[in-house]
Amino acid sequence: MVRISGAVLIALLAAGPAGAEVVAPQQVIFDDGAVPSSLTGVPGNAEVGRTIAVDRKLGNCLACHENTDLAAEPFHGEVAPPLDGVADRWSEAELRGILINSKMMFEGTIMPAFYRDTGYSRILPDFEGMTILDAQQVEDVLAYLLTLTE
Amino acid sequence: MKIRTITTALAAAVLASVAPADEDADLVVEGETLITRAPAPAHVENLTEVLSGWLFRSDETQALQTDDFDNPGMIFVDQALDTWDEVDGAAGKACASCHEDPSSLAGVRTTMPKVNEDGELWAMEDYVNDCRTTRMEAEPWKWESQDMLNMTALVSLQSRGMPMNVAIDGPAQSYWEQGKEMYYTRYGQLDMACANCHEDNYGNMIRADHLSQGQINGFPVYRLKWAGLGSIHRRFKGCMENIRAEPFKRGSDEFTALELYLASRGEGLSVEGPSVRN
Repeated sequence: MVRISGAVLIALLAAGPAGAEVVAPQQVIFDDGAVPSSLTGVPGNAEVGRTIAVDRKLGNCLACHENTDLAAEPFHGEVAPPLDGVADRWSEAELRGILINSKMMFEGTIMPAFYRDTGYSRILPDFEGMTILDAQQVEDVLAYLLTLTE
Repeated sequence: MKIRTITTALAAAVLASVAPADEDADLVVEGETLITRAPAPAHVENLTEVLSGWLFRSDETQALQTDDFDNPGMIFVDQALDTWDEVDGAAGKACASCHEDPSSLAGVRTTMPKVNEDGELWAMEDYVNDCRTTRMEAEPWKWESQDMLNMTALVSLQSRGMPMNVAIDGPAQSYWEQGKEMYYTRYGQLDMACANCHEDNYGNMIRADHLSQGQINGFPVYRLKWAGLGSIHRRFKGCMENIRAEPFKRGSDEFTALELYLASRGEGLSVEGPSVRN
C-alpha cells in the first residue's frame, strides 16, 4: 500500500505540476516589472536553485553577480549588484519578474531574460523558441534567492 | 613531498591565470613604447579614453608581448617572410615582386579596413587576396588559413607602434554607420550588444574574464586559448556564439563594417599585431 502511494507520488512529481497550469513565457503578466504568481504552482526548491545559479549553461548568475553564499565557487563577476541580501531588497514578486525578464523593470539592462522565448535577433538555431530556464527552474532560482538575507 | 611540489605548482599556475591585470603598465616592445591609452576620438561618444586590450591581461600574458622572442605570434611572422619571397600563381610573381621589402607596407594596417577603388569596404584579408588573384593569378587564401594569418601578421608588424587611423567619412561613412548600428544591436538569446560588455563594463570581471574595450589594434592576435593566431572576424564569431547568437560569416560585409567601426573606436592606439592575449 505504502509502496503504491510512493509510486503514485513519483509519477505525479515526474509529470510536473499536476493540476497547475505552467504559465507560458508569452502569457506572463507583469505588474510594474513584478510577477506575483508562480509560473508553475509548485514551490521552488532552493537547493536545486542554488545549483542552477552556479551552472554556466543555466543561470550562470555568478558571471555577473558576486555572492558570498557561493564563496566556494571561483570567479564571481562584477558586472551587476552583489546578490548578498537580495531577498531583503526585493519582494518575491519583484525577484520573479527580474528573473523572467528584467528589462520590464530595468530598461536597457545587460541582464538576459531567463524566461522569454521570442523577440531575439539572430538567435542560434539550437536555442530558437527556447527560454534560458524553464518555468520550474525559474521558481527554483527564486526560492534560492529568497534565502539570501542579511 | 613530490605531490606537495606538484600541488604547489598547480596552485601557482591557477593563481597566475587569474592574476589581476596591471592596467597602469606600459607596453614596451623591443625598447619601443606603444600607445595603449589615448584620448577617445570625438566620434566615440561614450568613452573618454581608449585602452588597448593588453592593459586588461595578466602580468604573465602582458610580458609575453614585450619581447619578440617570447611572443609566440612572431614564429608565424617568420613563416610569412618565407612566403613573401615565394613565387606563386600563373603570373610568376611573389609578394616581393611588387612590394620588395615588407617594410614598404608600413602604415597599411593603421588604415584597415578601407574602401577600395570600386567603393567596397575591404579588410586587409581582401587586399591580400586581391593581390593573389589579380596580380599573382594565384588561388585566394581562406580567411582563417595559416597563410592568411601569417601574412596579415607580417603586414601588421610593419605598422607596429603607429596609431590606428581609419577613414570613416566619404565613401566609408555608410559602412561606419552600419558597423556602429551593429555595435549597439542586441543579438542572441543572451540579448547583448557589444556595448553592454565592452563600453558599459570594461574593466569588470564577467566570471573569469576581465572585460576589455574590445579594441582590435592588436590583431591578428596570438591567443593562448587558441594556441595560434586568429583573425578579428574569428573573435567576433566567438563573441556572438557566447551570447548564443548566429554569427555572421568571416569576411562578410557585416563583420567588415563592424571591424571598421571598432577600428575607429581605437583611433590613436598603436598597432600591436601580432599581439598576445589569453
